[in-house]
Amino acid sequence: MNERNDERHSDDQHKPAARWASLWLITVSPTIWAVHFLLCYVTAAIWCARVVGRNGMLGDARLLIAAYTVVALVGIVLTAWRGYRQHSYGEGSAPHNEDSSEDRYRFLGYATLLLSGLSAVATIFVALSAVFIRSCA
Amino acid sequence: MTDSAAHPHDPADLERQKAQEARLAIPWQAPKGWRYWSAVNNTEVGQWYTTVAFVFFLFAGVLALLIRTQLAVPENDFLSAGTYNQIFTLHGSVMMFLFGVPIFEAFSILILPQLLGARDLPFPRLSAYGFWCFVIGGVFVCGSIFFGVAPEGGWFMYPPLTTAYQEGIGADIWLLGLSFIEIASIAAAVELIVGVLKTRPPGMRINLIPLYAWYILVVAGMILFAFPPLIAGDLLFELERAFDWPFFDHTRGGDPLLWQHLFWIFGHPEVYIIFLPAVALVAMIVPTAAQRPIVGYGWIVLAAVGTGFISFGLWVHHMFTTGMPGISLAFFSAASEAVAIPTGVQIFCFLATALAGRFTKSTPMLFVSGALAIFVLGGLTGVMVAVAPFDFQAHDTYFIVAHLHYVLIGGMLFPVTAGIYYFFPLRNGKQLSDKLGKIGFWLMFIGFNVAFLPMHFTGLLGMPRRVYTYPADMGFDVLNMVSTVGAFVFAAGVLVVLFDVVRPKGKQADSPRNPWRAGTLEWLAQMPPRNWGVRSIPIIKSRYPLWDQPNLMADVDAGRYYLADAEEGKRETLITSTIDSRPIQCLRVPGPTWITLWAAVFTGGAFILPTYKLYTAALVSAAIAGVVILAWLWTGTAQIPEKPEKDVGLGLKLPLYASGPKSVGWWAMFITMIGDMSAFASLVFGYFFFWTVHEDFPPDPLPGPGLTWPLLAAGLAIGSWALTLLARHLNRRDAAVGFYLSLGLAPVLTVGAAAALFAGPHLSGLDPTTHVYPATVWVLVLWTLIHFGIALIMQLYCIARRAAGRMTAVHDIDMQNVGLFWHFMLITVLVTVAVIAGFPRVA
Repeated sequence: MNERNDERHSDDQHKPAARWASLWLITVSPTIWAVHFLLCYVTAAIWCARVVGRNGMLGDARLLIAAYTVVALVGIVLTAWRGYRQHSYGEGSAPHNEDSSEDRYRFLGYATLLLSGLSAVATIFVALSAVFIRSCA
Repeated sequence: MTDSAAHPHDPADLERQKAQEARLAIPWQAPKGWRYWSAVNNTEVGQWYTTVAFVFFLFAGVLALLIRTQLAVPENDFLSAGTYNQIFTLHGSVMMFLFGVPIFEAFSILILPQLLGARDLPFPRLSAYGFWCFVIGGVFVCGSIFFGVAPEGGWFMYPPLTTAYQEGIGADIWLLGLSFIEIASIAAAVELIVGVLKTRPPGMRINLIPLYAWYILVVAGMILFAFPPLIAGDLLFELERAFDWPFFDHTRGGDPLLWQHLFWIFGHPEVYIIFLPAVALVAMIVPTAAQRPIVGYGWIVLAAVGTGFISFGLWVHHMFTTGMPGISLAFFSAASEAVAIPTGVQIFCFLATALAGRFTKSTPMLFVSGALAIFVLGGLTGVMVAVAPFDFQAHDTYFIVAHLHYVLIGGMLFPVTAGIYYFFPLRNGKQLSDKLGKIGFWLMFIGFNVAFLPMHFTGLLGMPRRVYTYPADMGFDVLNMVSTVGAFVFAAGVLVVLFDVVRPKGKQADSPRNPWRAGTLEWLAQMPPRNWGVRSIPIIKSRYPLWDQPNLMADVDAGRYYLADAEEGKRETLITSTIDSRPIQCLRVPGPTWITLWAAVFTGGAFILPTYKLYTAALVSAAIAGVVILAWLWTGTAQIPEKPEKDVGLGLKLPLYASGPKSVGWWAMFITMIGDMSAFASLVFGYFFFWTVHEDFPPDPLPGPGLTWPLLAAGLAIGSWALTLLARHLNRRDAAVGFYLSLGLAPVLTVGAAAALFAGPHLSGLDPTTHVYPATVWVLVLWTLIHFGIALIMQLYCIARRAAGRMTAVHDIDMQNVGLFWHFMLITVLVTVAVIAGFPRVA
């Protein structure tokens, strides 16, 4: 869903904001959440099934989950920062409903920022499981 | 605007407008007489689709009343246990598969083009094909109950109940019939994604699109990742039932939990696939009722996209009692709590919009209010059951039945009814009755709560789900009787609404134009509406163009925007860029045909006949379906236009043909293959699932498939892929000899690769019925072989297209799409080989 803005019939296609147009950015943070979630789940499943057994302790698996979480949160914060920069580009504040490349650019940044917030909360929720639970039982 | 805008009443201009209208009407008119059923336009197909989905809803509703009648009093003998099992299984399956998901597709096919000011969606014939598949599959599944052979294992078909403890073909009907319908769902998803991304009106940038379109984009994307795991699961299940491949049989290494995983990876997102489009309707109705723009557009986008993602992390909360490690349950419990955040955000946005605007009372808003009240209750019990220890208590009791009906009826049925009242004039030009709407609403609202509120208590008292009767004096009697009375009151409300919809309205005056004074584009529709959708395709500058763009309606009507005419007598719509909606192509869309119906009939044969073990007939039917689909592609797609570009109005010339990433067909292929990949990933997941749960998977010593044959297959496939890409390149350069040489050699390599892949497990004597390991290897090989078959046909098709002069250096849609397919083909082969030949060596 990237596009090169070289099509005709545009009044503002050469403005800086118009050059960068992609829907993918808004999905980055939720995707980080999804990958973090899957990694936590798969790590725990393999750990409890093949490493320590059904009644073993989570032990190092918790450290792994902590490491995933740190990496995921760093990724989400960076994405959020990118979103924030886009959201506050030039002059203009939410709801970003103007008919211009700039406002479209700001809007996608705003959506990225909001989704990063949600993804961060959801990631922390999932990681908290490993704070409170210490065994596979 | 052209100069004529300055002289709106110039007689010459009026004359010109009339002539344009007359020309435009010809290609878009629906076929007459019995040929009417060959229509493919979104207005006809959307209406049929919606109607049939509602017929299935009423059917499943009758089943629900039978259930409630049986449970009204203890130890009732109104239904036998067997019949009861069939009825509740069919009730759930039909509501979910034949109403919940299809109604959103149907509705969207009907109204999405209107919302986007488009003439039609980009692939009308695909919609028609999906519709006919839906009808055939739906009638097949529903009809089974009249022969007493309906599925009886619950809507989730858990093995081993359905593999070892139930006789008959019910499970096959469920697996094959519903897989068939899932294909229709995926077809609709492809259509809707491309529709939202590529058929928006000029100027409707991504920050200006109607919220409905955002939701549809998210939901259609979810379908691509949610339905394929179930299709993969169905494949495994049917291979077990028909050919004794033991995927779920623990005595031969299988595991019934794999089915539960695959089913719920589909099943939980499905709840949101049903819920989000209904919320999308609310997001259209509330701003109109409040007469102001939505509060928190960006937040609603957050909610839609966020819910779309997080809903995939919830599936195990249906499996809390299967004995998984506590930590696994905790992850899913946490995600289940997290999804409440975006869900809540959108409800606050709606409330804020209603409170901030000048709220006008209307029947649609009444249903919306009821929906929010009911859904919030269902959401709260959802948060309760997301807590694993509470779920341990409530699991499989009537508490869950109450919860899911609060969520689905509040989150889906009430908004859909609101949508019917709101959008009815768009298709029929008449308004529904406010009085009947109010009566219907109160009967439904009161009846619903009387029926389902007591079930929370019945459940907490311990009444299990899916029992056909219960003994007296366990405290269930009164509660059940109350529920039954409520169910019938609810049904009466549905009947009132139904009557309002079907009552003759010939004498009733046409609805005024834009009857709700809405701000979104669909209300440009004339009353009664015309088949062309919109008179001319406008330039959009606002989220609520009818409120913010003065004279928009008059200018559109006067044909002062794009494609006001149909000089060549063809159906046309605009294709625009995905983000900023700049016009890039004038797309010719196809007209009426019977071929989609025939394609659906024979595809249906391929799915339905195996139910009765008629495998040869099924293969013949599949082959005919293949031929019909090829004929459809050959005659109806990638047609070379008579001129390279045309004037679409306002001095803009657009190409009539586009290939590669600029064409809608390329997008459709890309999106379809994403779905295909997620089905394949589910099969691979199966392999690793067995590796996780078994010490001896893959077995040691390894019985097959060896290294040589799979590696040879991979090598040949890489060769075929490279030759295909080379052919694409040479075709572009118009190097005919090179093209024919490379694309002539590629099929040979394809056949060789398929043969080598088959030889691996075959020559090492892997028997899929002996143990789950050979079965899992074989199913990956089988999947890849089927793809080789399709890839081979595609290569031959491109040779034939060029030879027939239907593909040229410039007009190369076919070759571009086949090249794209081959990228995915190569991924499939390489992953299969890495898993079946490589992984055992690492493990």
